[in-house]
Amino acid sequence: MVGMTKSTFANPVINWIDTRLPIFTMMQKEYGVFPTPKNFNYFWNFGALAMVNLVIMIITGIFLAMNYQPNSELAFGSIQHIMRDVNFGWLIRYVHQNGASMFFIVTYIHIFRGLYYGSYKNPRELLWILGVVILILMMATAFMGYVLPWGQMSYWGATVITNLFSAFPIVGPKIVTLLWGGFSVDNPTLNRFFSLHYLLPFVLVAVIFLHVAALHITGSNNPLGIDVKSPQDTLPFHPYYTIKDSVGICVFLIVLSALVFFAPNFLGDANNFIPANPLQTPADIVPEWYFLPFYAVLRSVPNKLLGVCMMFGSLIVLFVLPWLDTSRVRSARFRPIYRQLIFLWVAAVIVLGICGAHKPEGIWVILSRVATLYYFLHFLVVMPVLGKLERPLPLPESISNPVLGGRGGGPLPGGAPAKPMEKA
Amino acid sequence: MRMLGSRRPGRSLLAGMFAAGLLAAPAVAQENPLPHERWSFDSLFGTFDLAAAQRGFQIYSNVCSNCHSMQYLHYRDLSGIGLEPDQIKAVAAAVTVPLGLDDQGNPKDGPANPGSVFRAPFPNQNAARSANNGAVPPDLSLIINAREGGPNYVYGVLTGYEPAPADFKLADGLYYNKMFPGHQIHMPQPLQDGTVEYSDGTKNNLDQEAHDVVTFLSWAANPEMVERKQMGVRVILFLVFMTGITYAVKRQIWSDVHH
Repeated sequence: MVGMTKSTFANPVINWIDTRLPIFTMMQKEYGVFPTPKNFNYFWNFGALAMVNLVIMIITGIFLAMNYQPNSELAFGSIQHIMRDVNFGWLIRYVHQNGASMFFIVTYIHIFRGLYYGSYKNPRELLWILGVVILILMMATAFMGYVLPWGQMSYWGATVITNLFSAFPIVGPKIVTLLWGGFSVDNPTLNRFFSLHYLLPFVLVAVIFLHVAALHITGSNNPLGIDVKSPQDTLPFHPYYTIKDSVGICVFLIVLSALVFFAPNFLGDANNFIPANPLQTPADIVPEWYFLPFYAVLRSVPNKLLGVCMMFGSLIVLFVLPWLDTSRVRSARFRPIYRQLIFLWVAAVIVLGICGAHKPEGIWVILSRVATLYYFLHFLVVMPVLGKLERPLPLPESISNPVLGGRGGGPLPGGAPAKPMEKA
Repeated sequence: MRMLGSRRPGRSLLAGMFAAGLLAAPAVAQENPLPHERWSFDSLFGTFDLAAAQRGFQIYSNVCSNCHSMQYLHYRDLSGIGLEPDQIKAVAAAVTVPLGLDDQGNPKDGPANPGSVFRAPFPNQNAARSANNGAVPPDLSLIINAREGGPNYVYGVLTGYEPAPADFKLADGLYYNKMFPGHQIHMPQPLQDGTVEYSDGTKNNLDQEAHDVVTFLSWAANPEMVERKQMGVRVILFLVFMTGITYAVKRQIWSDVHH
């Protein structure tokens, strides 16, 4: 019959379904036998971890929404109702709250992995771009989620961040009114943020689906950054990487549990335990820790419009990264100078994060300016120029070759004969 | 590790870990250093000293509750500091609270029941403000979480009253407190040596009273803490076990792959 799959599954029920809707064949192809480079290190866990994290966030979020009141009079109290009266409400809420932080930790490491091993380069440019879209959607979702408890920092954070859009000429104030649903952050703002906070995760799911679909077309990059040359270079995804990801998931859950059970408010702000008060500004308005580097970029520029542009620019520049990097060598292991400078960039981001937590005065202004400068310099100047000037180390012939040689990554001894693989 | 207090320093601590101590953690905007009291609920396995929390509830009832509400607590919650159902009923029945409307539609007062919210001292914010020289006494349900420094800070305020220095200009109707930001506080010194009489014979000096009421308030802000930590120990032990098993299976599966 036209278009029907010839299913290879023995179980008659699965076979019947699979013939008509080949999801089992697809899963088998994409997650069962999917050829995956054999030389992944544990950095390659973080995509799966982010996926697990998203599922945790959606499940806990659904249960929170059953008990939360998106009304400026009731929101703060409804959180306390969840914490005190709902069965295991405190657990659900603390997992959701700390899950947000874990999501960013995991995603930032995932992004670093991509930067270090050149996962954004040809042919994975679109995969990377979808990843940047995911990051931006995640940030929007997290920002709106932080507003929902309607504490002081929720309210004033929302006020400061939405006000940024007013910097744009002509349309700016209109955008702000639209975001607020009025002329200040108020009940309509809370209503629409709640609605969007529930919507965006499902948009995220869709974009992540595309991200993974694109990944399964190009195949994964690997720590050597060279293409898969033969079946000897790969392993079937299951069981090799399902079990390796499981190890990572266990460790991830330990870290999440440590936060949830022993320091649930460690990453939070004391001010958010005070109900929102439009008449009283907190001494210090600070965003959540994962936004601090971008907040520091914003504040490092004395001009508001320019600062806003730089802040958004610090994300937008990531979209064109595949074309800014002119080096054709993917992995930083074979790029001796880039390998140093990528850590300088990481240091700049961390310095920005620390600057973001401090009032912009004295040394913090200077530091955040220097770090902002390098953040952009790295992408806009270093990457294009270095790609032309740097002399990369010799690349290994194939993934299985250096893997056989013991210590992966180093330059191969010239002409060493490849040992025959015992397992094809 | 601090379990209860709150934490802007914490955030930069995380960043600081990566920065390998290159940069100093931000100083909390406090001229006087926070006291570092020992709390029963401090450590990884710490629980609430229930006797202290019960004495603290006595102080709250006799002293604090004259001005401060605790709107997120019900009398039934007091089982969390070890009160028996009969005791809770008696505590509630001794308090008069608004009970909605009677059959004729007139507001009705009466004894609280275990399901009632803690009695609020003022009917609304305006009443609270006008009775307190223009400052609304904050609700105490979450006060420990809502202040940088948590229990140590609240303890510091309660014990931080002293005569203003000679060169300090104290506004009319305000009081000098070395811990309070700006040092001028609307609240007159609430606790002194002997403010309450303890039935269990505990010494009732200021230090003990402040300690007890802060223990009570810490419980009130985080009533789930003991259950949370106990569950955490079990969950993490289980996960460590799972990690070990999973890693062993991983080694087994990967043993036929030649690196």
